[in-house]
Parts: sequence; structure tokens; C-alpha cells
Amino acid sequence: MPAFDTEGVRVLGVRHHGPGSARAVQAELERLRPEAVLIEGPPEADALLHLAGELEPPVALLVHRTGREARSGGERGGWAFWPFASFSPEWVALRYAVDHGVEARFCDLPAAHSLAERPADTGEPDPPDEGTGPEHTRADPLGALARAAGYDDTERWWDDVVEQRGDGEPSPFPAIQEAMAAVRAETGAGDVRTERREAHMRQVLRSTLRAGYHRVAVVCGAWHAPALHETARHTAKADTALLKGLPRTKVDATWVPWTHGRLAAAGYRAGVTAPGWYHHLFTAPDRPVHRWLTDAARVLRRDEEQAVSSAHVIEGIRLAESLAVLRGRPLAGLEEVREALTAVLCEGKEARAALVHGRLALGERMGSVPDTTPMVPLQRDLAAQRRRLRLKAEPFTRDLDLDLRKESHRERGVLLHRLRVLDVEWGVPRTPEGSHRGTFREAWRLRWEPEMDVALIEAARWGATVEEAAAARLVDLADQADLRGVTALTEQCLLAELDSALPTVLARLTDRAATDGDVTGLMAALPPLARAGRYGDVRRTEGAHLRSVAEGLLRRVCAGLPPALHGLDDDAAARIATLIDHTHHAVTLLDEEPLRTWTTTLATLAGDDRLPGRVAGRLDRILSDAGELDRDTLRRRLARTMSPGTDPARAAAWLEGFLQGSGLVLVHDDTLLDLIDAWLTGLAPERFADVLPLLRRTFGAFAAPERRQIGAAATRVALPAGTASLPLDPERAAPALAAAGVLLTRAAADRSHTPGKATTV
Amino acid sequence: MTSTAEITDTSRALRPHAEQTHADELSALAAADTRTRPQGWRLSPHAVVDYLLGTTLEDGTEITPKYIGARRIAETAVATLATDRALLLLGVPGTAKTWLSEHLAAAVCGDSTLLVQGTAGTSEEAVRYGWNYARLLAEGPSEAALVPGPVMNAMSRGTLARVEELTRMPSEVQDGLITVLSEKSLPVPELGTEVQAGRGFNLIATANDRDRGVNDLSSALRRRFNTVVLPVPDTAEEEVDIVTRRVDQLGRSLQLPEVATSLTEIRRVVTVFRELRAGATEDGSAKVKSPSGTLSTAEAISVVTNGIALSAHFGDGQLRPADIAAGIQGAVVQDRISDGVAWREYLETVARDRDGWDEFYRACREVGA
Repeated sequence: MPAFDTEGVRVLGVRHHGPGSARAVQAELERLRPEAVLIEGPPEADALLHLAGELEPPVALLVHRTGREARSGGERGGWAFWPFASFSPEWVALRYAVDHGVEARFCDLPAAHSLAERPADTGEPDPPDEGTGPEHTRADPLGALARAAGYDDTERWWDDVVEQRGDGEPSPFPAIQEAMAAVRAETGAGDVRTERREAHMRQVLRSTLRAGYHRVAVVCGAWHAPALHETARHTAKADTALLKGLPRTKVDATWVPWTHGRLAAAGYRAGVTAPGWYHHLFTAPDRPVHRWLTDAARVLRRDEEQAVSSAHVIEGIRLAESLAVLRGRPLAGLEEVREALTAVLCEGKEARAALVHGRLALGERMGSVPDTTPMVPLQRDLAAQRRRLRLKAEPFTRDLDLDLRKESHRERGVLLHRLRVLDVEWGVPRTPEGSHRGTFREAWRLRWEPEMDVALIEAARWGATVEEAAAARLVDLADQADLRGVTALTEQCLLAELDSALPTVLARLTDRAATDGDVTGLMAALPPLARAGRYGDVRRTEGAHLRSVAEGLLRRVCAGLPPALHGLDDDAAARIATLIDHTHHAVTLLDEEPLRTWTTTLATLAGDDRLPGRVAGRLDRILSDAGELDRDTLRRRLARTMSPGTDPARAAAWLEGFLQGSGLVLVHDDTLLDLIDAWLTGLAPERFADVLPLLRRTFGAFAAPERRQIGAAATRVALPAGTASLPLDPERAAPALAAAGVLLTRAAADRSHTPGKATTV
Repeated sequence: MTSTAEITDTSRALRPHAEQTHADELSALAAADTRTRPQGWRLSPHAVVDYLLGTTLEDGTEITPKYIGARRIAETAVATLATDRALLLLGVPGTAKTWLSEHLAAAVCGDSTLLVQGTAGTSEEAVRYGWNYARLLAEGPSEAALVPGPVMNAMSRGTLARVEELTRMPSEVQDGLITVLSEKSLPVPELGTEVQAGRGFNLIATANDRDRGVNDLSSALRRRFNTVVLPVPDTAEEEVDIVTRRVDQLGRSLQLPEVATSLTEIRRVVTVFRELRAGATEDGSAKVKSPSGTLSTAEAISVVTNGIALSAHFGDGQLRPADIAAGIQGAVVQDRISDGVAWREYLETVARDRDGWDEFYRACREVGA
């Protein structure tokens, strides 16, 4: 029993993001002059419709869960996007409604239901409009139609029949509707979800009619067109029954900027492969192929510095058109312009053509939303900071180099670090190019992705400003992290200048340090803290508190170190030697008193023959470099290590630890070198073979000039002792000696250049 | 009709032209072709693509594929000719450039014989026109004394002219084509006249983009061409298919006695060529040295044909590894020293241990690799 007069209702079945559909919708709306427009989309966004006039596409409606459900755990997937590009029919309908002051409503099943139904573990944000358009893959109804029309490619068929329409052609909607009705009759209307969605669309249509609107246009996926057209045949009662008892959740909706790259992203079912091309088709007033190839020629001239003349463009257009005729297409399409680009404009250079074509076909651009768009306070704060710091959110990858000595640069770095704490990876640190290193520099790689708005919305529970939220998040993370985790967080906290979180994080660090028995963990924690002392100068963070925490850590390290050094295998010894090294560097950044504590600890440890060779060598080196070990003691220790009573493997390990990093000490201390030399030459052949790999590893790590200098020093040391035993004939050697003498005097003159070389000659 | 066809009996020709070999297919296509044909064309562009790529007509006539490769390449080539733009086929040796140009000419205007072979010694007369000097001396410049070149002939008849190895021609001869392509006319200053191209005239040029010692096209000439790059066959299957078809056709036209061509041998030759060309085995597990030659599909075809001839006349009528060994070595070893090493290494490291390659390996060793 049809209760409503559906006479004035027109259903416009479209393909999502189809420029031809968009044109047809535009023409049809102009003709119909409807009083109300219904659009496939989440009704939760009805309140946002008035903003459409200020949006710049591509934008997307973001509907996300709010309230308790969203906060339970870190589960993703509590949101969905409805993207709109300038060439989307839905967008055209929206703009029409806003521009003409016509009532507009979204009529799809509320996202409150679809988001509630979504299993919690689906990772990908998946738009709930799957299977509504021609990309409906389950039964592929349009595939059947395309095959019937003699096409093997559905997209292409739809492109030819609908999308590549010019202005002024008759409305395609009745035909689309009939075709869909035919396919639906054959394959069935779809699953329960589709039925529910269509039921809801009809319900909205009924209520619109009830509200007194007579001429109503409905813009929805082509698949649904027949179901809506026959609204009169369905009873409101049945539809209500279908929609009864659906789970629902609390949701909120807003507009977010979207990008062409995201529209084209694989895996998104209503996506389009060439948004740039579609945008062009929709915005170009006429002669799309002419304009496209002219643009391509400009890009080639500008970016590829290739001489492309108008004659090229003319011939390219002719080729594209004649290819279209050959292939029986009404108009040259993307493939034809691509061939023309390759064969004519790029003169057969396939790679260059592919590059330019790819860039144009994507046509990367990012939409924008006005300030009045509902945003979580966090987004608003970020927008304000972006404006203040002149950082634009762009969909391209852009490198940013910061000099932290400049106030504005420092603030940008801090903002990016804070966002990283909130899992908004807008900026990712990159390794800077050669000349831009230094503690006062930061190198970033920026790229804004629409999903980052979601991350912001999810992070909204942490606070109203970026600073507040990041601090709260950091404290929360620190509560759960282990010692290493807290250490990393401390460093992040310092970089992000989250002063309010620092005391708590440092307190956590002290707690973990107290309970963590692993001294290596403590040692790993120290360097970032000490480094922070240095940042303190650049970043003006309060350093005293930090230092006291670091000193506390150090005391624990000093206490825990001795027992940790025994019974280690080679790998563990190497690891701990490196850690000791790092700790030592860190300690030198602290005050004198902790440095003394540290060196005293090391001094008592060193000289213990039970230590692994590697560690013992390292300790001796550190102490000797720090001036805590006088030459004689060092020589005695070396002599003892190198004496025949010691296992040669341990001696070699000692040497590795001792020389780790730099061997220059050997160049400057002949006694040391002499001892090592004597040890080496005194080794039994088979023992020598045993330690050879170790020695190679040790000396192989040095830079070539360093090795050369050590070699030179070794000859210097070895010669006086061995001259007598060498079977030299003084007479025959005389000329060589004389020549060497000349060389040496000459070398003395320009010693500043190559002191090492002169002696090797 | 061409003059060549008038004096040579097709059945006796060593290598009949494409339009002679496939006369049946061409007439069947013309009969079934209902689409509009550009002026001067024997077939519609659509039918030309069908001729090149093969199809089955409604009356059941089988059109064999001439070019095996991407459809878009054939379509771009034909569409280019249809827009009266000159077509430049570019590619490494043996990628069927000449083959495609001959068949294009055969299908579009039924005459693939108006050919200029580009060499370092190609003169302008060979491209445009020359003189019958006896007449010239006796009667002075006159049309009767003029000897038109292939391009001039094609212009006056409104058919396709072909230029092989365009980049091997001296630059000044190349540039002589600019007027022809832009003005579509060929002035004869001696007579004070010109030959204007009839509708249907166009030019197909081929060039090799890997050769050394070539004369690169001037940009003025270059921009009068649409360029289509012909790729090396993508997959081994595609290449085996090409070789099998061509060997079959060649064997027929050379009237070789029927030899059971085994697909195994063809596949083996193609595999050897592909692996040496790519510098790695097909499964990617081992690297091999690449010899200096191009090892194109065309060479693979000639190796197999050669093998068939050997087997037919001196062998047991069955294509055996021994029939192929000599040919394959000749194709691979262009430079005796370096290529010899590459080939021996390939035999020892790859061929020797491969299942079912024993006989081939031994045969190659016998030839004296």
C-alpha cells in the first residue's frame, strides 16, 4: 500500500568517483531542480553538510567511534572514510544542494550500525560502501553487461558508455537503472547488509517525502537504483523490521582533507586508478585529450628538459584519436593518450613516458577543510601550530632540515617529536647529508597522510593540545615500559621538550633501575641521559635534575659492574666492552665527581687476571687514555699479558680490547710496540696461527693510513734490534743507504705532509 | 603490380614477398572488411591489425599471426600510418622490425617492395631519383630520362615506402626525407616539376638503437616520425612460439624436405639464447657470461632453420642436437677469444649438468667448443 506519492522522485544511479556520472548528475539536477537531494553516505554527517561550500576536494567524511568503545585497548578499525573528489557524483550533488539552498540528506545505513558490526580485528579502514558500485566483485553484474556489450574490461565499458560522456548528451540514468534491474533480477539483490542499506535508504526517502518535499533526487550507487526506484513496492513496515535490533555504537563525524594518492590506493574497492585523469576529464571544459597532452608537453619541457613542440602535441592528439577509432572507442582514453605520449611526445622513450604519465594520471593534490569543521581539540591545536610554524601538510614527501639554534626551527622539531609520541608519523627522522650533521641539527622527512587525522582523533583522549596529549601519552607508556623502554622514552621526552612529563618519566627510570638487576640495561640507559645534558644547552631543558638521575644510575652501574664481568664468552665480552666504552663517554659528559667514581671502579677492576682479555684490555686502554694509568704500570701489565705464561688467545683478545677504536697509541709509544713485537715474534708457529685471525680482525679495523703508520713504527722499532743479525753487505748497501739518506733529509723538509711515508721508503 | 612480380614467377622465388605468401589471407580479409578504409588503403586499420596479430574470420578463414607481441604495439603502428605520420620502428637487432614493416606494407597497400636499404653508401639517388644517362645525354633532361627511386614511386602511386636501417644512411641523405615527409612532395629541379604524393603514401623506417657507428637522426627528421619501440620477447614461451612459426614458414618457402622439428630442440636453442642474453640461467640460480653478439630471436630462427637443412640433407630427417650444435656455436661465438670462453663456460657449467642435455653437450664439444 503505497502511502506516498513517489511521482517526483528521481533515482540517479552512479559509479562512485566517475567523472561521467558526475557530469550526468550535474545536468540532471539542473534539469530536475529538485527540492531535496538524498546522497549515499552516513546520515551522521547531515549536520556537516552546510560546510560543503567551504571544502576544497578531495576531502573525506570521517566517521569514528567515540565513547567507551573507542578507548578500550589500542584496537584500530573504529572508523570509516567516505572520500569525495571533485569528480565524484556525490560531491556534485552536495555542491548543487549547498549552492541552491536545497535540502540535502545522507541516506545510507548509519555508520553507528556498520561500525558496531565491524569485527574489532579488521585492520584496514574499509569503506562500508563495498559492493555498491560497478566494482561490485561478488557477482560482478557489470562484468556481465560489459561482456554483453563486447568488452572484456568492465571499467573500460563503463568508461565508454558513461564516464566519457560530454555535456549535452541525453540522461543515462533510466538506462542504467533498467540494466541494473535486469542484472539484479538474475543474480539477486545482494546479501542482508545490502538489503538493510537499501531499506534504510528507502526509509530516509519516505521521511523526506513525509516532510513535504515533492521533487526529490536520490544519488546512489548504480546497483541500488532499482531498489529505490521501486520504493512504492516495499512497505515501510517490512523495512522497519529489517532494520530492527541492529547493534549500534556511538559515533562522531567530521570532514578531513583527502588526497588523490589515497583515492588511487590499491585495496580500496571504490578506488580509481587514475584520479588525475578523472579530475582532468571533469574539470576540462572541452577537448580533454588536447589539454591533457598539452599539459604533458609542459611537464616534459619543465621537468625533463625535453624539447617538445606544439607540433608534437598536434601529432600526439592525432595518434590518440586514430587509435581510439581503431579500437572502436568513442573518445580517446587514458590508454590512447599514453601511447601517444610514448610514440610521439617522448619519441619512443618508454621510461620517460611512464614517469610523466604516472605523475599526471595520479595528479596528486590534497583537499582542505575550513576552520569551522568540527575537530577534536587536538586537531585544532595542531592546525594552529602548523599555521604559526608555517608547516604545511602536504601529500608529497619533503625533506626538512632544522637548525635547532633558531627558535622557529627548534619549535618545528619539537612539534614533530611530540606528534611522533602520539603515533602521528608526519615527520620521520632521516639521516642527514654530509654537511648537515651536528647536535644542533635535525633532519626530517615530511609527508602527511589522511590517516593521520584518525591517529589524532584517537589520541584526542590524551589531551586537548599536542603538548598535553604527548606528555600524558608518554607517562602512560613509561608506566608500562621496562628499563630500556623507559630510557628510550626519556630521550623522546627530552627531544619533544615535554617538561611536564619529565619528572614522572625520570622517576620511572629510577624505579626500573632499582629493580632491574641487569647491569647492561643500566649501562645502555646512561648515554641518552648524558647526551641530554648536552642537549640541555641547545634545547634549554633543565639539566640538573637529569644529571642527578644519571649519577644515580651510574652508582648502580659501578656497584653492579664487577660481578657482571666474570664468566663471559667472547661475544658477551665484546658487547660489554663496547658498553663500558659508551658509558665512559657518557660519564665524561657528567660532573667530575661521578667521573672519579667511575674511573676508581674501573681502576680496581683492571689488573684482575680473571677478567676476559677483551674487557681487561679495554679497561687498561680507557684508564691509560684518561691518565689514570701511568706508562710503567701499563707496560708492566702488557708485559704480563704478553708473557709466555698467558694463553696467547687471551693476549690477542686483550690486544683487541686495548686497540679497539684506534691503534695510534702504538705509533707514539715504542715500548708498547716493542713488547707486542717481541711477543708476536716469540710465539710458537702453531700458536701464531691460532691468534692470527684475532690479530687480523684487530688491525684490519683500522683505517689504512693508521695501519701504515703502525707498520712504519714497527720497522723503526724492529730495525735497531735486528740490524746486526741481518745479512747485510755494508758496501753494497751503501748506495741504497745514501739514497735513503737523501730521501730522509728531503722528507724532513716537508714532514708536515707525509711523515709516515718518508720512513717507509 | 610491381615490376618484380612481373618478371619473377612467384612459385620460383626463393623468398616470396609477404603479400605473395599471404595473398589468400589478404583477399579474405578485404572481402570481410566492412569498416571504412583510409584513402589508398587496401584494408581498414582494424583489419590490418587483425592481419598482423591473427584472428579467425567469420567465414572460418584462419588468419595466422605475423607479429607475436603486445597488441598495443601493432595498434599504435597502424594508427600512426592512418594519420599519415611516418612510422619509425626502433629496437635491438632481431626484434622483427623489418618483418613488421614488410607485413604492414603488404597489408596496407599490397606492396612491400618499395624498399630503400640504408647503408653507409646509400646515395640520394637511391632514395629519390636517378637518371638514365644515355637518354639524358641524348635528349637532355626529360621525364623519360628520369629513373624514379622507391620513395618517388611510392609517392606517385600513393603507397607505402620502406626504409631499412635509416640510421646507417649518411645524415644528408636522411635529411633528404624531410621535404618528402613534411611537404609530401619531391621537387625535380632539373625538370622544374615535382612529384606530389598521392593519398595513401607514407613511410615506414626501421632503425637499430644499439648499433655503433650510426648517424643519429636530426631532430627535424625525428619529429616527423612516430616512434614505436619493439621489445625483446617477454617470456621463453613467446619466443619459442615465434621461432617455431618462422622456422615452419621458412622451411616451406625454402622447400626443405619435411623434417620433424622437435619442440625440444627449438626450446633448447631459445633457452640457450635467452640465458646467454640475460647473463643468468632461466631459474636465476646461476650467472653466466654474456657473449658480445645480440643473440636475437632472428638468429635463433636461423640456427634452427640451418639445423633443419643439415638434418634434411645429411642427417636422418629428424632435428637432432648435432644438427644444431655447429649453428649455435657460430651464432654465439662472434669474437673467437672472449665469446669462446663464454660459450665453453656455459657448456661446462650449465649445459653439462642439465637433465636431457647430454647429447647436446656432447655434440657441442665435438664441434670443438
